[in-house]
Amino acid sequence: MSEILIKNASVCDPAQGINCETMDICVRDGKIVDSVSGNAKVIDAEGRLTMAGGFDGHTHSAGKINVGRFINPNDARKNLVPGLSGQVARTEKTRAQVGYNTPNTYAIGYRYAKLGYTTICEAAIPLLAARHTHEEFKEIPILDKMGLSLFGSNWQVMEYIRDKEPEKLAAYIAWGLKASRGYGVKIVNPGGGEAWGWGKNVSGLYDPVPNFDVTPEEILMGLAEANERLQLPHSVHVHCNNLGKPGNYATTIETMKLFEKVKPSRDRQSLHVTHVQFNAYAGTSWRDFETGAPMVSDYINGANHLTFDLGQVIFGPAVTMTADGPVEYANSRMLHEKWSNQDIELEDASGVVPLFYSPKSFVNAVQWAIGLELALLVKDPWKIMFTTDSPNGGSFVNYPEAFTYLMSAKRREEVISGFSKMALDRMVLPGIDRELDFYELAVMTRGTQSKIYSRPEKGNLKAGSDADIAIYDILPGQIDPATEYQKVKKAFSGAAYTLKDGVVVVKDGEIEATPKGRIYWVNAKVPENIDSTMQKDLDFKFKKYYTVSKSNYMVEDMYLENPVEIGTEGVF
Amino acid sequence: MPVIKDAVCSLCGSLCDDITVTVEDNKITKIENACILGHSKFVGMFEHDRIETPMIRKDGELVSVSYEEAIEAAAKILVSSRRTLSYGWCSTSCEAISGAIQLAEETGSIIDSTANVCHGPSALAAQEKGSPSASLGEIKNRADVIVFWGCNPVHAHPRHMSRYSSFSKGFFTEKGRKARTMAVIDVRKTDTAKLADKYVEIEQGSDLLLVTALRSIVNGHEDVIPETVAGVPKAEIIELAETLKNAKFACIFFGMGVTQSRSKYKNGDAMSSLISDLNQHTKAVMIGMRGHYNVTGFGQVATWETGFPMAIDFAKGYPYYNPGETGANDLLVREEPDAAIIAAADAGAHFPQKAVRHLARIPVIQIDPYANPTTELADVVIPSAIVGIEAEGTAYRMDAISLHMKKLIDSKFKTDEEIVKDLTEKVRELKRGA
Repeated sequence: MSEILIKNASVCDPAQGINCETMDICVRDGKIVDSVSGNAKVIDAEGRLTMAGGFDGHTHSAGKINVGRFINPNDARKNLVPGLSGQVARTEKTRAQVGYNTPNTYAIGYRYAKLGYTTICEAAIPLLAARHTHEEFKEIPILDKMGLSLFGSNWQVMEYIRDKEPEKLAAYIAWGLKASRGYGVKIVNPGGGEAWGWGKNVSGLYDPVPNFDVTPEEILMGLAEANERLQLPHSVHVHCNNLGKPGNYATTIETMKLFEKVKPSRDRQSLHVTHVQFNAYAGTSWRDFETGAPMVSDYINGANHLTFDLGQVIFGPAVTMTADGPVEYANSRMLHEKWSNQDIELEDASGVVPLFYSPKSFVNAVQWAIGLELALLVKDPWKIMFTTDSPNGGSFVNYPEAFTYLMSAKRREEVISGFSKMALDRMVLPGIDRELDFYELAVMTRGTQSKIYSRPEKGNLKAGSDADIAIYDILPGQIDPATEYQKVKKAFSGAAYTLKDGVVVVKDGEIEATPKGRIYWVNAKVPENIDSTMQKDLDFKFKKYYTVSKSNYMVEDMYLENPVEIGTEGVF
Repeated sequence: MPVIKDAVCSLCGSLCDDITVTVEDNKITKIENACILGHSKFVGMFEHDRIETPMIRKDGELVSVSYEEAIEAAAKILVSSRRTLSYGWCSTSCEAISGAIQLAEETGSIIDSTANVCHGPSALAAQEKGSPSASLGEIKNRADVIVFWGCNPVHAHPRHMSRYSSFSKGFFTEKGRKARTMAVIDVRKTDTAKLADKYVEIEQGSDLLLVTALRSIVNGHEDVIPETVAGVPKAEIIELAETLKNAKFACIFFGMGVTQSRSKYKNGDAMSSLISDLNQHTKAVMIGMRGHYNVTGFGQVATWETGFPMAIDFAKGYPYYNPGETGANDLLVREEPDAAIIAAADAGAHFPQKAVRHLARIPVIQIDPYANPTTELADVVIPSAIVGIEAEGTAYRMDAISLHMKKLIDSKFKTDEEIVKDLTEKVRELKRGA
C-alpha cells in the first residue's frame, strides 16, 4: 500500500466546484481517497495551485506524426521553447529527446508530463494503420492514451448509410473500434477523403460523394445515429467540411445545427467539433478573409448539444497533419511547401505539410485571433477544450504561452500591437477584455475532457479518481495573471510536481520517473445475429478489395500496454 | 497437423500476408500462395547456410561457444569501443530494431540501416519535397496507369503485380490488367518491361533529365524540350506525359535504378515534384519498391524513437543525423569505427571494397540466422531465429502498413529481440563493473 498526503494545496477542481481552496489531497495506491494513515509520504504543496492532471483531448502524437518527423528532420533541432524542445541527451532516467513540433515518442511523454498533463487522445487513427499508432503509443512514456478511429470516408460506412442499414452500420463501427482498439468515432471532412481518391473534394454538406451516392450530411447523421445506438463514451468527433477555406463558418454552423436533432444516449454532448479555429473563417477569398468567430460563438452560446476545441495558432513553425487529404494538397501548392500524402484503401485519406505562422501575415494574425476569440466569446468554458490541434496550430509545448493569452488582455495587446492595420480590421479580439481565471482554465484543460470523453476518473480530484495531479509554482490570490503572465507561463511550463497514478513523475520541472501509461479502448456490444450478417459483407470486402487479410487487420493484444477495455451496451 | 493460415512472408517488401503453411513435426512441409522466393525461404532452402552455433574467432578461426560466451565477448567489444557502427537490422522485427536503437543510444554508437545502400536517397528526397503516397490497395482498387521506374518486380517482388498492381482487380479496376496502362522505364528491357504496354529505354544515369522533361510537359512547357532527352525521343516523352496526365489514377513505383543512379536523391525529389504537378490534372502517387521485408520498418521505428529514419549518431547522447557524414559507408570509408555490429544484413557482400577492408580490420559482431560474407569478417557470430518463421514480430510493408508476423515453428535459436536484450543487459553489467 502506498500513500501520499499532499498538504496545503490550493486546489482548483471545477468538477467539484472547488476554486483555489486550500486543502489536503490524499492518495492511496494510485487513487484519490478521503483519508490516509499517518504513514503516508507527505508532499507539502505550500499553498501552490493544484489541479488534476491535464488531459489533451485532441492531439496528434502517434501515427501520422511519424510522417511529419520523417519529412522534417530539421524539426529535431528546433529549440524554440527551452526545456520543452530540441535535442536533449539521455540520462539515467530518460531516453534521448529531439524535436519541437514533431518530438520523438519519449519526448512527447516527458514534455506533456512537465506541463502537468497525464492523458492524451490521438485524434486520428486510420483503421488499417492502427497497429502503427499503438506501436508508437507503447513508446510514449508516462501518459494514459486513447485514440479516435477514422470512419468519415469509409466504403463500408457509406454503403450501409446509402443502403439504409443502420444496425449493420453500428455493428461495423463496433468492429472497427475493436480492430483498431479505438475509443471513438472520428469524422474528417466527411466524404472528402473518398473524393480525394480521385483528386477531388466535396464542397459542403449536400455535395454527393463520387460513386457512393451519399452526402456528407448523410454520413454525419448515419454515424451519429450509430454512435448513440452503441452508447459510446464519446460523441462523434467532427472535423467539418471546407476546413481552411474562407467563408467556411457557414458550413460549420450548418453542421452544428444538423446535430440539434441527435439525441445523446449518455450524459454528454451529441457532437464535438474539433479545431474550430480552422473552421470559423468569413470572407469569400484570402483577399477579404476575416474572422467568423463571432457568428460561430453566437450559435454555440445558444446551443447545448455540442462541445468544441480551439486549434489555437502559435506563431512560428508548425506541421499540419490531417486526414483531410485535399486540404493538405491545397496547402502545399499555395505555400510551395513539401507535401506528403497517404491515402488508405477503402477508408480515408491524409496529408502532411509544414508551414510557418507569421504575425506579419494578416491571414496568420487573424487565425491566431480567431482561436482566442472563440475561447473568449463562448461564455461557458464547459463547452470548450483548449488545444492547438498539436502540431497543426503549433506544438503542445506552447500551451503555457497560450494560457497567458487567455488570462491576460495586456499580454494579448502586446502581441496585437505588432499586427498590421489590415489584420486588426479583420478580427474582433482587440475589443474583447475578458480574462480567464485558473478555474476556467482548469475547466478547459481538464474538466471538459473528463465530461466529453465520459471518463469520470480523469480530470478531477474527487475521491475514487486516478491520482493524476499537477502542482504548479503559483500562489493563487498572490498573483495577478492579467499582469504577471510571465510567472504564469513559467509555472505551467514545468510543474513543481506531476503525479501519475500517485507516482511522482515530475519534480521541480524535471522527470523523476517514467512509468508506463494505460491504453483505453472501447468494446461495444452488438447482437450476434447482426454482427454475423455484417461480417459476411466485410469478408467480401477483404476478399475482393483489401490488400491484407481480415485476420491480420485486427490489432493484436500484444500491442496494447496496460489496456483498459471500456464495454458499452448497444441498443438494437 | 497444424495448418497456419494468413502467415506473413518475411522475404521482400511486399510482405504478402495470405500464405498458408502446413507444419509437421516442427517442419514446414507445405506452402501455399507464396512466390518462388518466399517459398524457398519458408521451406528452408537456405537451411544449409544456417549458422549452427554462436562462435568467437580464436587464432583466426571461428570456434563454437555458448550464447552466454558470445554475448559476453560482444559486450566487451562494445564497452571498449569508442565509435561503434551498428548496421543492418532490416531483415528482422521492429521489436528487435527498437532494442538495437536503445543499445546504440546507451553505447553512444551510430546506427544505420540497409537503406544506406538502397532507398536512403528516397528518404532524403522526401525530406526535400515530401512523399505523396498511398496504401497498396489504393493502387489495386483505383490505378489505371502504373509505371515501374528502375525496378523489376517480376524478379524482385514476384507477387507485387498480381496482388497490388498491374494484374490485380479491385473496386474501380475490375478488368485488371486489361483496363490498365502499364509502363516501364529502365536502362534495359527487363522481364517486367516485356509485360508492359510501353517500355521507355533511358540512358544510364539520366533519370533526372527525363523526370524534368516530363514535368515541363505536364506544366505546359513542351516547347522547351529538345528532340531527345535521356536518349528518349521527344514524341515518346510527350506520349508518356499525356498518359500520366490523362490517367484517372496514376502510380509510379520506383526502385534502386532510380535511387542509386546518378543524381541520387534529386531523382526522388524531382519525382515527388512531378507527382505534385500531376495532381493538378488527375490523382497521382508514388511508392518506393523496398527490398528487405522490414527495411521500411527500420525507418518507421527509428523515426519515432529518434526523429530520424537512418544514419543516427548517438555520440553526443542525443540523436544527430547527417547522411553523407553519419551513414554506414561514410564512416567506414573514413576508417572511423573501431567496432561494428552487423545484424540481419550483409555488409560483407554489399559494401564497397574500401568499407569492407576497414570492417576486416576492426572487431565485428554479426547477428544473423545465415552465414554470409560478413561471417568471414566477424569476430563474434551470434546466430538468431528467423523472424516470420521461428519468431514472431512486427514488419512494415513498402507502403508503411504494419503487419504482425507469426511464429510457425520452434527453434533452438534465440530471437534477435532476445539477443539484443541480453547484449544490452551485459553491456550495462560491464559498465557498472567498470
